[in-house]
Amino acid sequence: MIKAMEAVADLVTAGADDAAHGGSSRVIRVRVLRQDVAGGESYFERFEVPYEPNMNVISVLQKIAARARSQDGRRVAPVAWDCSCLEEVCGSCTMLINGRTRMACSALVDSLVSTDGDEIELRPMSKFPVVRDLVVDRRRVFRGLEKVKAWVPVEGSYDLGPGPRISPEDQEDAYPLTECMSCGCCLEACPQYMKIETVRRDDESESDFEKRRKAAFDSGFVGAHAISQAMLFNSHPTGRMIADERLEALTAKGGIQMCGNAQNCVAVCPKHIPLTRSIARAGRAATVWAIKRLFDR
Amino acid sequence: MAQPRVLVIGGGLAGLSATMRLAELGLDVDLVSLVPVKRSHSVCAQGGINSVNALTRQQGDSEWKHLDDTVYGGDFLQHQPPVKEMADWGPRIIDLMDRLGVPFNRTSEGFRDQRRFGGTLYKRTAFAGATTGQQLLYALDEQVRRWEAAGKVKKWEFWDFLGPVLDDTGRCRGAVCQDLVTMQFKAFPADAVVLATGGNGLIYGRSTMSMVCTGSAVSRAYRAGAWYGNGEFIQVHPTAIPGADKLRLMSESARGEGGRVWVPRTPQDPRDPRSIPEAERSYFLEERYPKYGNLVPRDIATREIFDICTTDGLSVEKDRLCVYLDLTHIPRETLDRKLGGILEIYEKFQGVDPRVTPMKIFPAVHYSMGGLWVDYEKSKTGGLVEGSIRNQQTNLPGLYAIGECDYQYHGANRLGANSLLSCIFSGLFLAPSLANACGGTPGADTTRLFEAEIRRQEERHRELLGRTAGDENPYALHQELGNLMTRVATVVRRNDQLEAAYDDVCEMARRWKRCAVSDTGNWTNQNVVFTKSLGDMFPIAKLILKGALLRDECRGAHFKPAFAMPGLAATDPVEKRREAEEWCDSFQANTEKWLKSTIAACGPDGDPEISYREIDTSLIPPRPRLYGLVGGDAIEEVWKERQERAATSREAAVPVGAGS
Repeated sequence: MIKAMEAVADLVTAGADDAAHGGSSRVIRVRVLRQDVAGGESYFERFEVPYEPNMNVISVLQKIAARARSQDGRRVAPVAWDCSCLEEVCGSCTMLINGRTRMACSALVDSLVSTDGDEIELRPMSKFPVVRDLVVDRRRVFRGLEKVKAWVPVEGSYDLGPGPRISPEDQEDAYPLTECMSCGCCLEACPQYMKIETVRRDDESESDFEKRRKAAFDSGFVGAHAISQAMLFNSHPTGRMIADERLEALTAKGGIQMCGNAQNCVAVCPKHIPLTRSIARAGRAATVWAIKRLFDR
Repeated sequence: MAQPRVLVIGGGLAGLSATMRLAELGLDVDLVSLVPVKRSHSVCAQGGINSVNALTRQQGDSEWKHLDDTVYGGDFLQHQPPVKEMADWGPRIIDLMDRLGVPFNRTSEGFRDQRRFGGTLYKRTAFAGATTGQQLLYALDEQVRRWEAAGKVKKWEFWDFLGPVLDDTGRCRGAVCQDLVTMQFKAFPADAVVLATGGNGLIYGRSTMSMVCTGSAVSRAYRAGAWYGNGEFIQVHPTAIPGADKLRLMSESARGEGGRVWVPRTPQDPRDPRSIPEAERSYFLEERYPKYGNLVPRDIATREIFDICTTDGLSVEKDRLCVYLDLTHIPRETLDRKLGGILEIYEKFQGVDPRVTPMKIFPAVHYSMGGLWVDYEKSKTGGLVEGSIRNQQTNLPGLYAIGECDYQYHGANRLGANSLLSCIFSGLFLAPSLANACGGTPGADTTRLFEAEIRRQEERHRELLGRTAGDENPYALHQELGNLMTRVATVVRRNDQLEAAYDDVCEMARRWKRCAVSDTGNWTNQNVVFTKSLGDMFPIAKLILKGALLRDECRGAHFKPAFAMPGLAATDPVEKRREAEEWCDSFQANTEKWLKSTIAACGPDGDPEISYREIDTSLIPPRPRLYGLVGGDAIEEVWKERQERAATSREAAVPVGAGS
């Protein structure tokens, strides 16, 4: 049983946010590639924040937001960036940190400084249209999932008993692929994945623009993440019932044939998803499917 | 509006399951979310999802026992019919998620595997590694994407809900939202509005919650007149990894898989933990709670960890409170297969391999049991009437709440792995109610209502953008609020502190009006959006503090030492019996006084007006929560005798066959 607790409730100091832990006047210098509006000019701006142990790039950006001053003391608008979970499962905070595509939350300042020196460079992803500063528009990532029908085609959500029995081996094979958080690292690193930026015309309706943008997305490479999801669902006992439809999408324009086998995707994936294995499997399946279709004519 | 249209705010488990089922029932859905729905906070849920299953059933488990564990763990503060319905739906929900492709861990035969979670003795928890929330969310995200492709769902991602729009009769007719990129306002007329906007951990500064969990959507509904229930009940999770930007969750599943919590018996023993012999370690949870061990309910584990660090001074470190959570005795292969995701988080953020070295953890704010008050219709069998338009409806007709942002399922303390269930359940269960509620006779024209609300919101926005000269920094003020709330309204609560804190928060709310925005632009202005949501935190912070201040008792996560009922001191059987009788007397008196829902209505200046409502405990009579209490056996004996006597006298009073 709990004893009468006399000590003051102090979860506050449980973290490491107190300057007492650091106590030095050391600063971290940051260089951010900024852009005020979509389609605008980009420019570098420098910031300084006081160093604290165990900082990550998110806490650096939080401090920049709170100070809202550039290195030379000018009042500037805070840097805009995306983040949410801060524990590398939501996929929001992808950016180029010292030139490498990665999640800002798991980019620890101590390790950045020890490998790259005292200044940290932050840039937005280059394969997606910049919305503002480090915020980019990644709708194309989700369009890729729609294109390859990355879902189990169930009849509905009424109770029809359990799903298929699955061996532990198959579960363990599939599980790494299910951890894909659509962060876009694999796409940023891919030499075949090119930026597609569509701008709404003055005389265009919202739905016409939507259609045109989708078509533009579909003309480009669908990317490793979508290929991997297609393979995930093609290996699921119910998911594979529409395997042909996924292979059709993967062999259409922007499909797997565009992969140049650079293998950058697997090298940058924060979740270590075996993307090249998925691509190899997709390549084989697509070939078999194409031949089969040839004979079925 | 001929074709019914529903506006769902929030795309986590609750919002997505509701959207999926609504689309399936033929309704059109607008789905509004601060982030792409796949990035919602549900991804952070790790350990698993509870339900009775084939295995536990043969060990004596049942839906009724799941209900019992849930209400006993929640200290009987929840209405029981919704909990019964949820427990009954458990097996069907797990089956559904299994069919949707969630990669649940498997037994060697290919069936779903289960593990044990806190507050129960059964292995009820299905899991997908240690990323169960992520996997469940993705499965629903995929189905909703399918409906989106079919044209039934339209997503509005990076949009902020600013408030419901009510007509003259007080009915909710839609909402106004803001595009977070272009900062434009838009009217969303709807037959029903569903809030599925999750928790409010950011009121506490750092917590285990995501940066979107500001509670602002709920606050906006509350200020428009929706009631807030049980606000003072905030779950502090026993095991989190302290961090500068966030307190990252270390799932209960670590203990479910055999993890042990301990501290060295010597304060701040400087030795490597691995070299400290067993005899010099205190496994304090196992010692004090032999039955549940490391898997006592969360409120208890949290208090014990807190207590051993503060009262006993046995924190592992001196400057930073923490205890060991030890997995090093479990084979590496098992850890990787069942807990991989969370161990990677620890390794990535702490730079230490928890498979080799015990983790250092400490409690952190985690979940809000309280939330918007919602209604239900009780069925003859004690559950809910499916399709009733009262289910999950707030006191504002046409406005509904589901998931963490309702107050309905977890009482005074939530059991681990019950939240994923309550989120999916409330979403699925709501849909037929809306199908029945929507599409009736169209109400009066709302064009002018929406125009007026958009004007009001534009005004508020413009006023904020114009505040460039103030002397308050919104980020610093937020930190101040978070520190205050964490200090006075988490594990241990005292009236003098709560009272002072209430005044401090009122003052902070006034200071907020002097916040200067550093970004005056009108494009992806995160600065002004944050400042706005900070302003919305104060009314909720106030109702948490006021509710905690007024509730002079201990119940679940709400712990006031001044009102604790200590265990029995006597060893002599007669004396012990007398003490037990007395204990039960005061328990009974306390139950009569305090077993009530706290209801907050927003008054002028965002100050809460608190009232209390009776709770439906018709299925399982409230009983003392005796986990590990000294003399608990004697108390239990007395309590049982009293219950039996009460039952006998009830039977005597009721004619045979009339039921009770």
